[in-house]
Amino acid sequence: MNQSSLSIILLFLFFSASNAEHNARTERISGSAGDVLEDNPVGRLKVYVYELPSKYNKKLLQKDPRCLTHMFAAEIFMHRFLLSSPVRTRNPDEADWFYTPIYPTCDLTPTGLPLPFKSPRMMRSAIQLISSNWPYWNRTEGADHFFVVPHDFGACFHYQEEKAIERGILPLLQRATLVQTFGQRNHVCLDQGSITIPPFAPPQKMQAHLIPPDIPRSIFVYFRGLFYDLNNDPEGGYYARGARAAVWENFKNNPLFDISTDHPTTYYEDMQRSIFCLCPLGWAPWSPRLVEAVVFGCIPVIIADDIVLPFADAIPWEEIGVFVAEKDVPKLDTILTSIPTEVILRKQRLLANPSMKRAMLFPQPAQPGDSFHQILNGLARKLPHDRSIYLREGEKVLNWTAGPVGDLKPW
Amino acid sequence: MKLSALHQSYLNRRRSPLDSSADASSKSFLAVFWLVLHCLCCLISLLLGFRFSRLVFFFLVSTPSSTNLYSPPFRPDLPPPRTDLSPPNATAVEAKTSSSSSRVVVGRHGILIRPWPHPDPVEVMKAHRIIERVQREQKAVFGSGGKSSRAVIAVTPTYARTFQALHLNGVMHSLMLAPYAVVWIVVEAGGASNETASIIAKSGVRTIHVGFDQRMPNTWEDRGKVEVLMRLRALRVVKEEKLDGVVMFADDSNMHSMEFFDEIQNVKWFGAVSVGILAHSGNAEEMVMSMDKRREMVDEEEERSSLPVQGPACNATDKLIGWHVFNTLPYAGKSAVYIDDVAAVLPQKLEWCGFVLNSRILWDEAESKPEWVKEFGLLNENEGVESPLSLLNDPSMVEPLGSCGRQVLLWWLRVEARADSKFPPGWVIDPPLEITVAAKRTPWPDVPPEPPTKKKDQMSLSQGNNVVVIPKQQQQQQQQRSSKVRKPKRRSKRNKHEAKPTDTTTQVSASTKHHQERN
Repeated sequence: MNQSSLSIILLFLFFSASNAEHNARTERISGSAGDVLEDNPVGRLKVYVYELPSKYNKKLLQKDPRCLTHMFAAEIFMHRFLLSSPVRTRNPDEADWFYTPIYPTCDLTPTGLPLPFKSPRMMRSAIQLISSNWPYWNRTEGADHFFVVPHDFGACFHYQEEKAIERGILPLLQRATLVQTFGQRNHVCLDQGSITIPPFAPPQKMQAHLIPPDIPRSIFVYFRGLFYDLNNDPEGGYYARGARAAVWENFKNNPLFDISTDHPTTYYEDMQRSIFCLCPLGWAPWSPRLVEAVVFGCIPVIIADDIVLPFADAIPWEEIGVFVAEKDVPKLDTILTSIPTEVILRKQRLLANPSMKRAMLFPQPAQPGDSFHQILNGLARKLPHDRSIYLREGEKVLNWTAGPVGDLKPW
Repeated sequence: MKLSALHQSYLNRRRSPLDSSADASSKSFLAVFWLVLHCLCCLISLLLGFRFSRLVFFFLVSTPSSTNLYSPPFRPDLPPPRTDLSPPNATAVEAKTSSSSSRVVVGRHGILIRPWPHPDPVEVMKAHRIIERVQREQKAVFGSGGKSSRAVIAVTPTYARTFQALHLNGVMHSLMLAPYAVVWIVVEAGGASNETASIIAKSGVRTIHVGFDQRMPNTWEDRGKVEVLMRLRALRVVKEEKLDGVVMFADDSNMHSMEFFDEIQNVKWFGAVSVGILAHSGNAEEMVMSMDKRREMVDEEEERSSLPVQGPACNATDKLIGWHVFNTLPYAGKSAVYIDDVAAVLPQKLEWCGFVLNSRILWDEAESKPEWVKEFGLLNENEGVESPLSLLNDPSMVEPLGSCGRQVLLWWLRVEARADSKFPPGWVIDPPLEITVAAKRTPWPDVPPEPPTKKKDQMSLSQGNNVVVIPKQQQQQQQQRSSKVRKPKRRSKRNKHEAKPTDTTTQVSASTKHHQERN
């Protein structure tokens, strides 16, 4: 009895000792849903992809190929990924989730910014199509359907927050699961069951700028971007709720803060030489800086009240990044220097975990553990569907005429 | 994501907080009133020259808040309003968002600035400490390929003399900077002295101070022999204490580069590096002459300049084929014999400092020790150990380091003061010299230097103080005369030319023979 327990203890010690050295570099990441970053969704769910006419997807892309590189390109890549993924099923009767391949954000201005004005009508017409051609929408009124809406305020389909709040989520999508980049607690445009995803950042471009990890990190805080949006908010105080302007006014003279509005060519390299990277809100709370900071191992300092970060149930963002309330921005230097060094080193170890970096990217072709798989994992975690989503015959929940009059026009 | 000119045509964003409340009928009156107020404010602002409405709102709406807000003087050209927390224009929209009970209010917010927006030195120090810790961790995890580094065992033979502090401090700082564990074995000729102990105690690395019974002789040749014996003594310490690491020979007057320490980590058993030889001649002029001569020789003899580098020689496939040794021919007959001679100090054929070895070679048990290594315990010192190659049976198994000897990682130099040069013990002048220098004029009088004398003049101050006594120097020196003032009052009355020393002067000059011998 004693011998066997002793040997077991010895074995355990041996394994823990052999793992200890590996752990010196990285740490396992487990969020509130458990250690789910490396789950494989294949076999856990089946997704059926509707066949929509190409005017909803391919034609838009042909008209403007810039849709592939802007930060909302996730909707296009998700479609391509699902078409060739093992979770796709051609039999809709056995599908758990239904995907509608529509690119609502692919309507760009000459300067490359997406216009959301036609998106509600496009979405509405697509839903009308699928509800009349397939019985699955009417079966649940969309409760087992998911849509990728990566635009500024998700399915509210507007770039300006007040307007977006006024519109609210498109009434037809109220029962569906939304996969979006926008996430803010207690906000009209974030539905309870939504899955928050990171904005699209080009993985090859970031890989091309990697520098050796033993180059010492000598910049304390790094940020490049606008502090005042002079075109749209010349007086300040509106853009970023005044938080970015506060950062500039308080810390422009501080040698520890390398902040400016330049566009250096060494942006990615500089992030790899920094310890903290600021990720303040802009017009919307999310920003691609979070993805860049995670990929380059720079601890993200998130200045956006009530923000919901990507895959929040799989990634424990509290342990990885530093959250600073917008009203605490004047004390940012005190906050950052008072973090104990062990905590900082632990955050860096968590960031060094390769599965963390993979989960933030949308590589082409898809790789295990990347954002596509995390989305599917999130969808899989919502299974099995509750019995109550299946409606009885003839029962209608959605109001097809709700919303602004302009939305009801056919597309 | 905001559009610039485009959305002006689509919506009037600025008006939106006002237009959004257009539902109830009572609100229309409010809208009209607001419009009228707005026009009034615009007119007044036109007259005044800045948007005074903000100021009005600030005074009306602001509540004394706990955070210290700094309101700088109003700058009409620059937009940012340093207003209070509660945004006045957002009240209309707040009603819409309050239903979702969000703490975050949409609309215009104030820009919070603290009263003194400048760096705090305490925090800057804290930040630097964080940066340093992070870099250390980075180096530990990623640097040197992550493989564990071996300790560096430095062997230094030394003895107490004028330049000991100079040399030993140099080696000490190099060892302190090396990012590896260091064991410093200092062997002192003439027994372990307090002076040496006090110097090496400041190092902060682990030191082993060993006394060696012989005194250091006066000629370079004999000194070299005694140094060899001292090094062997140190190697015996390594063997007895079973120290584990890489043994390198840090002669106290040598200069090591930091890359040297990184490179010697790669040695497996016995390695050799290239050593740059700085064999200076005693006389600057003579050295220039010899360089000219060498240039002439190059034309005649087609010989490349004698490369003052000692070390391994490799063929094209980076295999060791021989050794570069120092060419002593140009210095034949002109080299220094005594330690303080004014002539070139020449190295041996192969200096010990160019070799590094794995300390396990010296250990007793032959655990995985290669057969081409002699048993160190059986080494007979009296047979004349010239270079570390005598420790090996097969000298061809030496590993050439530093990209096969192409990199010079350390420099060999021998510089010593005159044998009779004196220095304050421990380089501490205690009690302080009783020399006062008049502040109003320079201590250097306009008196031409004395003509050079062959004899060494010594003048000492018999005041019962421990005063530095240094021989009068020869030509090219600067003489610093400082007059000892007995009565301070008289100081002011003296003028420059009266500064001739009366009877007691002290010539304080920290010059030694080396000062003349400019390299």
